[in-house]
Amino acid sequence: MAETHSFGVNPITCHAWNRDRTQVALSPNNHEVHIYQRADGDWKLVDVLNQHDLRVTGIDWGPLTNRIVTCAVDRNAYVWTQGDDGKWKPTLVLLRINRAATCVKWSPRENKFAVGSGARLISVCYFESENDWWVSKHIKKPIHSTITSIDWHPNNVLLVAGSADFKVRVFSAFIKDIEDMPPPSPWGMKVSLGQLLAEFPNSLGGGGWVHSVAFSGDGNRVCWVGHDSSVSVADATRQMAVNKLRTEFLPFLSCVWVGPNSLVAVGHSCYPMLYSVNENGVLYVNCKLDVSQKKEAGGLSAMRKFQSLDRQARIETNDTTLETIHQNAITCLCLYKGGKGSASRVSTSGLDGQLVIWDLQSLENAIQGMKIV
Amino acid sequence: MAKNTSSSAFRKIDVDQYNEDNYREEEQAELQSAPIGPDESEVTALMNQYPYRNLFRGRHIDALKTVLRNAPLGSKNQQIKDNALNLTLRVLLAIKASQIEEAVGALDRDLVDVLMKYVYRGFESPSEGSSGHLLLWHEKAYVVGGVGSIMRVLSDTKRA
Repeated sequence: MAETHSFGVNPITCHAWNRDRTQVALSPNNHEVHIYQRADGDWKLVDVLNQHDLRVTGIDWGPLTNRIVTCAVDRNAYVWTQGDDGKWKPTLVLLRINRAATCVKWSPRENKFAVGSGARLISVCYFESENDWWVSKHIKKPIHSTITSIDWHPNNVLLVAGSADFKVRVFSAFIKDIEDMPPPSPWGMKVSLGQLLAEFPNSLGGGGWVHSVAFSGDGNRVCWVGHDSSVSVADATRQMAVNKLRTEFLPFLSCVWVGPNSLVAVGHSCYPMLYSVNENGVLYVNCKLDVSQKKEAGGLSAMRKFQSLDRQARIETNDTTLETIHQNAITCLCLYKGGKGSASRVSTSGLDGQLVIWDLQSLENAIQGMKIV
Repeated sequence: MAKNTSSSAFRKIDVDQYNEDNYREEEQAELQSAPIGPDESEVTALMNQYPYRNLFRGRHIDALKTVLRNAPLGSKNQQIKDNALNLTLRVLLAIKASQIEEAVGALDRDLVDVLMKYVYRGFESPSEGSSGHLLLWHEKAYVVGGVGSIMRVLSDTKRA
């Protein structure tokens, strides 16, 4: 139900899969991106993308064009293409930012990508063929703080961005040089680049950085998670109504839609949670996806206690392992199988250096009361 | 690339001051009309309504709901906030330890978050025996709101 893979003791900053899920690109919390190939249940390091000077903050692997885009604290982004020899070659992208880049995402058609940054702007980048380089256009207003997370609408034009100014905003990222006018969407008619189509405060109590945002499969809803431990959904087909659930857990750091009305959120609590939206647009807890139990029996048998002290050379008597699979905060959540809004598997990585693949279908059979809607 | 030096003075330089459109928190707060806080006479009346011991608690819980619902969290007037804090603490300390659980149970989730904000605020200015009593409130509010409600004490910009 959950496969666990370990990549050492370093935190995994973020990870991204190739199209057929045989390779994964991940950053071990430094300036490098490692590409691993799955080989007989084990992982073989096949390439190291070593071009950034400072910590890598975002990786995205385009399934259609087989290109990787990375961004880092050194304010650069690189588009990596694979040569005939299988090695990856970088191309620098001019982001024109004066603060660290924080997140990057290919658009669904992969003819452009967006980079969020601490420079309080979003760079929308596309390839200009006459000059043979990647150029960027900026979305600036009315962003007041660092962009923490971005996601593309399925129509390849709209962009949702979460920010440290406690707001979630939907922008148009239409580049008229390279694409045709999109069909109208419930978010609004105006599509010129940088047009603000919707803006939602994270909380009426003020505050709470937005950690992650995601468009639903049909693109009519956005969900986001904030540092006030909340999960929220805004619906464009219901006059931009926002439904917010203040949870009793530690804050979530990432979220993604796995069903038409269901989303998975992960974060500091070290286990994924499934939330769903009912027919009235109200969010509710579906279930906790990590059902593992603590290996050691809870009862205090003196013999077991001394045995564990002996075996693990622990001096203090309390057991510090968590009863969850992840042993530290989960920072990254990707779809593994199935698309946005119809995923059957998701993968998570976190500060404990583990990559876990969760099989939602078999979990649905195993957990009573769980139903992906 | 930046050199790694032992000096950390550079961290104190406010580079954002040279930016033309800096983020200011007031922008958001002004959208709402200034809250004036709970009505002291109403709360006092609720608390004194039945001077019989056995009937005390019902009105106390109503008083608690009134102060929490009207909490001037978004206000920028420190006087109003302090008045509300004193009033809320009076109500919290008047409710007996045995009734705390029932009182918390009568609140909805939003009010539990507000309660948590006042509990922490109350820790800041302890009086005789108040902290021990507030710890009991904290324990019961934690059972309902979990660590999430403590997170909201820390992250919300509208504070008690």
